[in-house]
Amino acid sequence: MRVGIPTEIHPGERRVAATPDSVRRLTAQGFTVRVQAGAGQAASFPDDAYREAGAEVAEGPAAVWGECDLVLKVRPPADHEADGLREGASLVSFLWPAQNNALVERLAARRATVLAMDAVPRITRAQKMDALSSMANIAGYRAIVEAAAEFGSFFTGQITAAGKVPPAKVLIIGAGVAGLAAIAAAKGLGAVVRAFDTRPAVKDQVRSLGAEFLELDFHESGEGGGGYAKEMSPEFIAAEHKLFLQQAREVDIVVTTALIPGKKAPLLWTKDMVEAMRPGSVVVDLAAEQGGNCELTVKGERVEHRGVKILGYPDLTCRLPTVASQLYATNVVNLLDELKGAQWNVNLKDEVIRGALVLHEGRLMWPPPARASAGPAGPAPTQAAPKPAPQKPVEPAPAVAAPAAAPRKRSWIVEAIALVLLVGWLVAKLTLTGEPSPATVSLLQHLTVFVLACFVGWQVVWNVTPALHTPLMAVTNAISGIIVIGGMLHAHGDWTSAAAILGIAAVLLATINVAGGFLVTQRMLRMFRK
Amino acid sequence: MESVLLTLAYLASGVLFILSLRGLSSQETARRGNLYGMFGMFVAVVATAMSNHVDAYVPLIGALVVGGAIGATMAARVAMTAMPEMVALLHSFVGAAAVLVGYASYLGPEAQAATGGRGILLGEIFADVLIGAITFTGSVVAFLKLRGNLSGRPLLLPGRHLLNLTLFVGSLVLGVFFVQADGTDGLWAIAAMTVAASLLGVHLVMAIGGADMPVVVSMLNSYSGWTASAAGFMLSNDLLIVTGALVGSSGAILSYIMCKAMNRSIWNVIFGGFGAETTVKTYLPGEGGEVREVSVDELVERLLHAKNVIVVPGYGMAVARAQHAVHEMTQLLRARGCDVRFAIHPVAGRLPGHMNVLLAEADVPYDVVLEMDEINEDFPHTDVVLVIGANDIVNPGAQTDPSSPIYGMPVLEVWKAGLSVVLKRGRGAGYAGVDNPLFYDENARLLFGDARESMDRVVTALKAGR
Repeated sequence: MRVGIPTEIHPGERRVAATPDSVRRLTAQGFTVRVQAGAGQAASFPDDAYREAGAEVAEGPAAVWGECDLVLKVRPPADHEADGLREGASLVSFLWPAQNNALVERLAARRATVLAMDAVPRITRAQKMDALSSMANIAGYRAIVEAAAEFGSFFTGQITAAGKVPPAKVLIIGAGVAGLAAIAAAKGLGAVVRAFDTRPAVKDQVRSLGAEFLELDFHESGEGGGGYAKEMSPEFIAAEHKLFLQQAREVDIVVTTALIPGKKAPLLWTKDMVEAMRPGSVVVDLAAEQGGNCELTVKGERVEHRGVKILGYPDLTCRLPTVASQLYATNVVNLLDELKGAQWNVNLKDEVIRGALVLHEGRLMWPPPARASAGPAGPAPTQAAPKPAPQKPVEPAPAVAAPAAAPRKRSWIVEAIALVLLVGWLVAKLTLTGEPSPATVSLLQHLTVFVLACFVGWQVVWNVTPALHTPLMAVTNAISGIIVIGGMLHAHGDWTSAAAILGIAAVLLATINVAGGFLVTQRMLRMFRK
Repeated sequence: MESVLLTLAYLASGVLFILSLRGLSSQETARRGNLYGMFGMFVAVVATAMSNHVDAYVPLIGALVVGGAIGATMAARVAMTAMPEMVALLHSFVGAAAVLVGYASYLGPEAQAATGGRGILLGEIFADVLIGAITFTGSVVAFLKLRGNLSGRPLLLPGRHLLNLTLFVGSLVLGVFFVQADGTDGLWAIAAMTVAASLLGVHLVMAIGGADMPVVVSMLNSYSGWTASAAGFMLSNDLLIVTGALVGSSGAILSYIMCKAMNRSIWNVIFGGFGAETTVKTYLPGEGGEVREVSVDELVERLLHAKNVIVVPGYGMAVARAQHAVHEMTQLLRARGCDVRFAIHPVAGRLPGHMNVLLAEADVPYDVVLEMDEINEDFPHTDVVLVIGANDIVNPGAQTDPSSPIYGMPVLEVWKAGLSVVLKRGRGAGYAGVDNPLFYDENARLLFGDARESMDRVVTALKAGR
């Protein structure tokens, strides 16, 4: 299977969907790799490096789009690119299918199989394929770098012979992946960092990075699905507005990162807040692409309003093209791992593949069916220290795995019973002639009871919780002391007869078992407490 | 009329036993379950005693009182760490009792008077004694191995499968003589068979390594049930059949769960020899990688800064009786806001659920004690993992090294945590005698010494570091 890496043609796009390192992994997965000449140039990966990694370098986009079975890309393809895709080929890239209906239809016309990196479900297992998190991490870091470049002073406080410089105060709004990365970067430069988020669960993560978590005197959880926040009530927004206005007078840098999936970004930093800031302050709006969190943001522009600089760059990740390509390429290769590499196993039962799959051989598969409730999406507190790549706070793994274990357990017993019945029937068929003797009839009756009891035991014991397996053993041990009855039945008539003495001895042994088993179980069970 | 009452009492008793096992499905209902069991046993014994099958009350009551007293004393005295031995010993009593009952039935008047169906009855006696004898001697050997009187290493005689087969076939041949003999003439045959079956029981368990003891104990549990069932057939007693079948299935399920947890087939375990081929390895620097030791102070330092900690207990915790110190550490860390949980591998310890009982004894609340499947995903987000006296169940070789004898066994992925500290008594390999790459992992540190002493020092340092 040949995989092609085209040059990104979107203006300002400098990333590439594969690096020489990822080419090596693709080759190991069984792909042959073709890279368009110059594809990695802007991200500092020269063609020769790809050749060295085992890729073939081809001139012109047609060699990639028209001749490969799988195309790996960063941005959604342009219309002419989509039309150039070989019929029946596959595509992995960012796609935003909800916003790009026309593009999805174009790709469907090519009978393409399309996996959208932006649609990979945000669950624990899929973290290594979560390109949104990788990109958000980079954007958060770069937001601070941009702010530092515009800001007229140090981030860290200094006392010099020429006087004292106070540390910069940075406010981060929205502590998702980008927000956390921004906190870590600002903290690393020595600033005093504060953060605000509507989801109380991220408080610990913010604090673990050494920032102060701002709280409202108002309680409403903003926990939405998939690690995002939801929209809040008007009362909440009023309280929030008050807090921000107060912060605006104190802070030097504001980074806003609030996004609500599928909606225009919420307006958080209003004109009056900008006007309350000191001249020379900087606002970096990471939501510029979705309309901006700041009222004065102009997408793609640097605006100055009464001395406050407002940066609305939507291409922050493209400004770190090398690392962005590297992380994105790794995410893509990890996703291909799920598909078993070149075996290209599009397993619709796999939650990750199913989630990312937009088109399957031209058929529309998006959006995927809602999966079983994962409970409230409380992001797990993941990072304890500033790491180069803060992970996306993830939902707890869905609780769907548990019931799957149950059905297989019952398999043996049915087969065993069938076998016993078959053997019994054969033996009876071969040996018995005429009317069965009373002893045979009674044997069969006992056998019936025995098999049914095995069945009941089998059903009941599977429900025992593993934590109680030791008490279970002790109790069954005591119960198997029922053999005491066998001994007792011989305790009659002349008790000096051999049979009676043996019977009594059996009673003695079995009673030790009964008493010991039950009492020790009781002792153990008393210890279990919640 | 009498037999109707007896049958009804037995029915009630059987139902109570089922309810008893059912009660064990959760911690909340377990105690009630145990009471059902006791009540069921009480009903069965009293009803039998009042029936006209029984009239020798003086020796009978004597036996009940003496046996009950011995059992109660054992139950009250046994240490929770010694539960595996106790359970094995109790199994042997069931086996022995079954053998005695078998002989009693053979010598008793019913068997001698029986005309029609004597063959069936003798066959049943034969089966009862056979299973009983295997259970008896097998359990005794298991008991001695667990107590340490016998080495935990498997005994591998040359041609051991042939030996097993010979003993088994020989028993069956003796059985044929036994069934055909008149009167009590078959006594020699059944006595010889008892000896053969006893040897078989000894040899079967001798060949099984110490790490497989959880399976052996649960299998003997199963055997003791089948023994009781066989006795029920012999005595035409449905209660014995039902109860034996319940216990038999329970033991079979436990064995199955244990085998699955080790990724081995039941035959592989029974016919044993596992872990014999490797010699004990010692960990010296420069061999297979560097082992990094950690001091108690460093460990405490890490614990004080950890947000979440997972404790993985193993048999070593039981041996060192460190569970109380572990609990104390847990309380200290939890008081500091650290999330401490326990991860239990299905075959940790020498008995299914052994670790749960020990932790319960030390007052660890059961809702922080989790199964392997519940917690395995959480290791990557864990700051510190403390492995206390466990080895094979945390061996990454089970996932990565196809040549490892335990390859494919599900293990706790402790090496994914930020730091994993292994408390180890000495430098030897685990019970299975398998090398453990975990010790060379860059995230792993070893803390040599007695687990209890180490834990006590950790607790003291934690108190001081507050």
